Amino acid sequence: MSEQQEKKQAFELHPTPMLDHLESGPWPSFIKGFKETVTRTEKTMVRGVLDQLNYSYETKMGYWKGGVVGVHGYGAGVISRYSMISDQFPEATEFHTMRVQPAPGLHYSAKALREVCDIWEKYGSGLMSMHGQTGNLQLQGVKAENVQALFDELNQRGWDLGGAGATVRTGASCVGPARCEQACYDTLGTHGKVLSYYADLTHRPQLPYKAKFKFSGCPNDCTNSIQRADYAVIGTWKDDMQVDTAEVENFIDKKGIDYVVNNVISRCPTQAITLKGKQLEIDNRNCVRCMHCLNVMPKALSPGKERGITLLVGGKGHLKVGNMLGSVMVPFMKMETEEDIDAFIELIDKMIDYWSENGLDHERIGETIERVGVQEFLDAVGLEANIDMVAHPRDNPFFKADLTHSPEEAA
Amino acid sequence: MSERPMAPRDQGAPDYTQYLHPLMAKNYGKWDYHERLRPGVLVHVAESGDKLFTVRAGSPRTMSADTVRKVCDIADKYCEGFVRFTTRANIEFLLGDESQLDGLINTVEQDLGWPVGGTGPSVSNIAHTQGWLHCNLPGTDAAGSVKAMMDDLIEEFKSESFPNRVHLSTSCCQINCASHGDISVIVQHHHPPRINHDNMQICELPKVVAICPAAAIRPAVVNGHESVEVVQEKCMYCGACHGQCPSMEIRDANTDTLSIWVGGKMSNARSAPTFMKLAVWGIPNNPPRWPEVSAAIRRILTAYKEGGKDWERLGEWIERIGWQRFFEKTGFPFTKYHIDDSPEALSNLNRSAMVRL
Repeated sequence: MSEQQEKKQAFELHPTPMLDHLESGPWPSFIKGFKETVTRTEKTMVRGVLDQLNYSYETKMGYWKGGVVGVHGYGAGVISRYSMISDQFPEATEFHTMRVQPAPGLHYSAKALREVCDIWEKYGSGLMSMHGQTGNLQLQGVKAENVQALFDELNQRGWDLGGAGATVRTGASCVGPARCEQACYDTLGTHGKVLSYYADLTHRPQLPYKAKFKFSGCPNDCTNSIQRADYAVIGTWKDDMQVDTAEVENFIDKKGIDYVVNNVISRCPTQAITLKGKQLEIDNRNCVRCMHCLNVMPKALSPGKERGITLLVGGKGHLKVGNMLGSVMVPFMKMETEEDIDAFIELIDKMIDYWSENGLDHERIGETIERVGVQEFLDAVGLEANIDMVAHPRDNPFFKADLTHSPEEAA
Repeated sequence: MSERPMAPRDQGAPDYTQYLHPLMAKNYGKWDYHERLRPGVLVHVAESGDKLFTVRAGSPRTMSADTVRKVCDIADKYCEGFVRFTTRANIEFLLGDESQLDGLINTVEQDLGWPVGGTGPSVSNIAHTQGWLHCNLPGTDAAGSVKAMMDDLIEEFKSESFPNRVHLSTSCCQINCASHGDISVIVQHHHPPRINHDNMQICELPKVVAICPAAAIRPAVVNGHESVEVVQEKCMYCGACHGQCPSMEIRDANTDTLSIWVGGKMSNARSAPTFMKLAVWGIPNNPPRWPEVSAAIRRILTAYKEGGKDWERLGEWIERIGWQRFFEKTGFPFTKYHIDDSPEALSNLNRSAMVRL
């Protein structure tokens, strides 16, 4: 057998009968990419991971355990994975992930993406997940010995690690003003500035638990911020929505009056729209900026001109007290100038400081607020109570009120 | 460790301006309106009159470098070298020249092999977690089950045939990292954790005690080792302790099942955001293709397509017709486990005389 033949044989794929079932069917197959990587690059790590994954499919069990792998100067950003059954699959012994922060809005140039591919294949498996649930570009499959060199090369080209553990996590933003007429503030620019301000807290775990920012340009909330972010920054407007009367008429002519009644007028959650001839009469004082009518008639209706954000705080997933939706802390604030962003960061700093001081281990800020009480939290961060913070006033008569704050006294 | 401890740059996310398609950079913040030309194809029209066409396609999310290079080739050929991704693992190719639209779509579908779609009232690509491929806690494989589900749903991805968009998510444990969707699939465990008392020295015991949402874990000395014990009747098998301490194994290949949840909604449109609610539990965790999951999802989608009104999200449809009708139409049994009996349960009960008989 020639040397070349021997080499070829050494790098043949091992049988993975379970995974082979995932190569058929019309949807693109991730398994095909793995196999292609093994045969093209002769990376034994990827073959080992395929073997272990196939074993997981046979035994219905996962076999990765964590550890500690990182880069100089940072305490987070690399998720270590060691095989629990490396005696069985030695090629899969190490399979660490590097979380890389993508640009806000997940925009890439082909040039930069190719560069990442080349660097990544030089030091790691070449497998990448685009993107993780928080929004990281995840480079999956690097050995501990290559982590520093990989990071150095990426970092010199402008890439930085994402958060992990008790840190500010990688942010997420919608496409924003780059391509959306509904974007009420610069989601991409704000994301960039806020996350670079919190770079230290992203890289060095020093918080009770994770803290996530998501930036959505309008209440359609394409980043799912209310459900998933401690700090949901959602674009909105204060004045009247803009109406292009000619386009309203066009829309009614084209879609018919039934469609407008059944799908626009009657769907408004606050009944703020009435039909008058071939025009919409909008009760802007009563509009709650839900976006429905703008979504149905994007040519005719647009957000108003006095734009800013609504800040909701405390959204989180299931761990540990259960799901929480973020709730309104600031109904409206401007987000146009550097000063506006500074004022926003100043407020968030107060919230993070209070939470850092008072949060328990593994407690997200929403849980801390629930535990200490919203009133205590508002006092601590210097926010006045606002009717938009609640769905309705309390219905529980047991409360402690300081008479010096009574409405009678104030009057 | 490298011999050259270079100081990291602490720079945060890279500057997005270098990665914007030229038409995006030129018309930044000055878009007028958009239209859906056909499933998977959008046109955004700027105040300047510029038109930017977007071709959206479903990706396998986890890709090889060579697959990403193919994406780059297409971006270079058609998109002036720029491309973006969505939060649901779709890719968006951006095009300024309408005459190249068919060429681009053809290249994406034929050369790359990725379906064009995922816009408007379609089933979008499934947001999912890491699963057996990379996670340290997974009860199932997210990428594989998603591949199998999307094989079944590809025509729903490529057409816009539902009352409104359908977001799906799949999580490989109950922590639910993939979050809420119109339809969500998650793993469910059915036993308390099995504790390896001889290996508890690798865990921080106070943190293990503190992580339990049910306060079911307390310190104990077992066989002379400092360890913990789990109060069986308090434990709700969530697996939070397993994330904190690998010596508390929650997974059980013989008994772990999947459950399907419906009605999660992120957008504020028409109604406030909502969490997903339990539709059906006890579905077998059945690799490599999980056919029972696809079948259950199909039942839900069929009922929604038949009964939903235009613009009604799946959860809004159920709110309108009532949960009783949802269970009738899908044929799933309503069981006592659908009633939340955790401390906040009262708010889930029907505290009115309004019933659908």
